[in-house]
Formats: sequence, C-alpha cells, structure tokens
Amino acid sequence: MKHIKTLNTQTLNHTVKKGGCGECQTSCQSACKTSCTVGNQTCENRK
Amino acid sequence: MIHQYQNNGYNIVLDVNSGAVHVVDKIAYDVIGSLEVMNSFHTPETLGKENTYRYLLEQFGGIYSEEELKEVLEAVIELTEAGQLFTKDTYEDYIGEVKQRKTVVKALCLHVAHDCNLACRYCFAEEGEYHGRRALMSYEVGKKALDFLIANSGSRRNLEVDFFGGEPLMNWQVVKDLVAYGRAQEQKYDKHFRFTLTTNGVLLNDEVQEFVNREMDNVVLSLDGRPEVNDKMRPFRNGRGSYDLIVPKFCKLADSRNQDRYYIRGTFTRENLDFSEDVMHFAELGFKQVSVEPVVGEDTDPYAIRESDLPQIFREYDTLAKTMVERERSGKGFTFFHFMLDLEGGPCVAKRLSGCGSGTEYLAVTPWGDLYPCHQFVGNEEFLMGNVDEGIVKPEIADEFRGCSVYSKEKCRDCFARFYCSGGCMANSHKFHNTIHDTYDVSCEMERKRVECAIMIKAALADEEGE
Repeated sequence: MKHIKTLNTQTLNHTVKKGGCGECQTSCQSACKTSCTVGNQTCENRK
Repeated sequence: MIHQYQNNGYNIVLDVNSGAVHVVDKIAYDVIGSLEVMNSFHTPETLGKENTYRYLLEQFGGIYSEEELKEVLEAVIELTEAGQLFTKDTYEDYIGEVKQRKTVVKALCLHVAHDCNLACRYCFAEEGEYHGRRALMSYEVGKKALDFLIANSGSRRNLEVDFFGGEPLMNWQVVKDLVAYGRAQEQKYDKHFRFTLTTNGVLLNDEVQEFVNREMDNVVLSLDGRPEVNDKMRPFRNGRGSYDLIVPKFCKLADSRNQDRYYIRGTFTRENLDFSEDVMHFAELGFKQVSVEPVVGEDTDPYAIRESDLPQIFREYDTLAKTMVERERSGKGFTFFHFMLDLEGGPCVAKRLSGCGSGTEYLAVTPWGDLYPCHQFVGNEEFLMGNVDEGIVKPEIADEFRGCSVYSKEKCRDCFARFYCSGGCMANSHKFHNTIHDTYDVSCEMERKRVECAIMIKAALADEEGE
C-alpha cells in the first residue's frame, strides 16, 4: 500500500483457536523478577 | 482500539486487539487518528459510509487532496476487513473460560539460600533473609519440592526450576544434588527439567561454570552496570564494591555459553536514571543478552523511582532504542530483554491476557518448604499457601490469583500495552495498593514506553530491509 506498510501478517486473533495450551515458560522464569513481561515470551507450539 | 505515536521519525499505528503494526505516512497517520476519534468501533461498513468520507473532508480538506484521502480511506477499509485495524476486543469471555481450566504447577522458584554475601541496598529480600531468619534449604526439602512439582504438573512435560536466593551458590552442593535428583526423575515420569540459576557471581568459579553450562537452561547474572553504579548499590557487607571481583567471571561465563541462554541482569534506580549508559557498558563488555530493570521501592526509599523521574527515563529508553538500531545495523547488535518483541509469533492471546501465572502455575518455595504465590510474596504470612509436605492447604489463595487477569483490572481495559505485560506484576500491585487486582502505575508508564520503543526498533529494522 502506498501510505501504509504493515509489519506483521500473523495477528493475535489467530491464536485463539489453538492457544492456551500452557506449555510456555512462566514469565518470571526468564530474567525479570520484579516486573511482568509476557509479550516477549516464546510460544512452545511454534518452536 | 488504535494506539498511534511518533518515535525516531516513524509514524506508528498499533491495532491493539490484533497486535498488527503499521508504519504509515503523515496523511495516513492523521486520517487513522481522526477516524479513531470519530468512532473507535468502526467497521468496514461504517468506514464505507458517505458521512465518514465527508467527515475526513471536513477535517483535512484544505490540507490533503481528495484523491489522497480516498486512497487512504480505501486502504483503511481493506485493513479493517482483514482484521488488522479497528479490531474489537472479543477476548474477555474467552479468557474467563481459559482461567476456569484446571491449572497445573509448571514452575518453582526454589529459595535454596535465605542468605547472601552481598548487601545490595535495594534488595527486596533484605540481604536474602526475606524479613525472616537466615536459612539454607536442605536436600530433603528440595527433593520434596521437586516431587510436589512432578505430582502437580499433570501432563505438562517441561518443568522449570529456578535456583534463587539470597545467593544460591551459598548452598551449591544442594543445588547440584537437586539437579541430579531431578534428572533421575525425568525418564520415570516423562518430564524434562529446565533449570535456571540466578547468581551474584561472588562464588562463581570454574567448577560452577562447568556444571552450569552442562545443566542450566538459563543463568541470570546480577550486575548493575558501570563500576561506580554497581558498587554503590551492590557492595559486600563490609561496604567494599563487588564489580572488580565479579565482572571477569561473568564475562568468562557468558563467552563459555557462546553468549547465549543467559542474561546479564541489572537494576536501575533513581541514582542512575541515565541507565542507558549502564546498558551500553554491558554491550561494551561484550555481553549480548542484557536486561536492566527499574527498581521497585517504597516511596520513602531515596533510590525509588518517582513519577517525576519518568520524563528522563523515557528519554533514556528512546536513546537506548535508537542506539540499538544503529548497533544492529553495524553488526554489533545485542538483545535487551524489555525490548524483545516477536511481531509474527510470541505468545497466544490466552497467555498474554491471563496474567503471569503466579499463585497457580508458578510458586516459590522457602528454605523450610513453605509455598508462596511467587518469590516476591515470600515472608508475607497472608500469602502462605501451604508447604511441600501437605501441598496447597489454602486453595482460596490460588483461586484469587486465578481470578486475576487484565479484565479484573480496571486500569488495563483502556491500556494499549495490556497484550504485552499481561496486567503487570501482582506483587507490585499488592505492594502499592494492597490488592493484586490493581497496577503499579509508575511501572505501567515505563512498560508502555518500552513497548513503543520495541515496536519502533522493528519499524526501523524493517525499513532497512525494504531499502
């Protein structure tokens, strides 16, 4: 598109059907122990 | 819901509920912003109506040509039809259903040592003692904790165990014995343990390094940055600084892990609000996996972050983000934990909106085997959930944590960052508001800024790819 460049095609709504398996890491287990950072975690199903 | 902002010369539009990110020109930026003000619940139908176009003409008729406005409106309609603009938040009922599912325990934070050989001024564990007595976890208690985890993990195969403290290397033999015990159970129960060690490095030596590289999936190395910054906040108990002893050991360990599966993790406070310098100090030392986080302190603590510090902190994040783009382009890139963002993947909506898992999937275990919702609640008797002998004896505490999600927090409903922080840290909420269903506002401000910076970095790097 001339005016708009979209960076991602895979959107969150697509994860509703197959998501929620719970196999992923808990958020505080990576580095943060004082905040909450979930958006940067990895999905185990996509590995 | 649309969130739009300008950063480092980029016009960025985030469609909050789909997570779609658009980098747009000035006219599209203005038009989308104006359409959001007109009706934040636009649909392809409402966008296609004559009065929508007339509205845009009224707003921008003298600034942009009719042809340009039509072009942009058509593009907006197309993206809305594709579920990438004006997407509705349809997840509340879904998250309610997800939260009702039976949860399993999948991670434990083992407090193997409530003791420490440093006396960090901001330590929430109060020099490792957590408002209580000094203690080391026995092998027997640790074994029962791992048994508890296996027994309560259902069909979940990957189990995470963080050796935490205090300083876990002060109880090193027990750590090694527990790793051996865990490994011996894996085949029997079809489980796989992922161990993490969080250490201040004082007792790190070649033997520890060899073991850690063989057995630990992740290792978190605590250091605050520049020598003067680190030594002011992280002294030994006699007041001497710890930087000179620790840094060579951390550099060696990081290299021995091929600069992977570890974090050099610092805390910034009001006393080093120019923390981007500390992040860059880590980069100059050669560290590739960096995390530097804001301190959480009482308002009365002189080092605590205050609301009035936020403008400077935002400038620091901006500076850091720009520098990271430049370094990436010149082949000297590194990872900053709080800017990590996978636009094409990352966690599912269920994970993003249902909270961090503390109190249900993640529990902390004290040296004597008591169970708490997470490491930050340890020592607060109100949250004592049970112990490794009897298991969870107060399920009502787990139920309260299970009921916590972005939808149980009023402040999250209108926040564009809710898909990235999952409603924030419940321990911080409790610390400042005496309830887990609120948010720590200063932390929220910083999280929003970090998400904006992280997206800008993606935009800048995509820009380069397109050139």
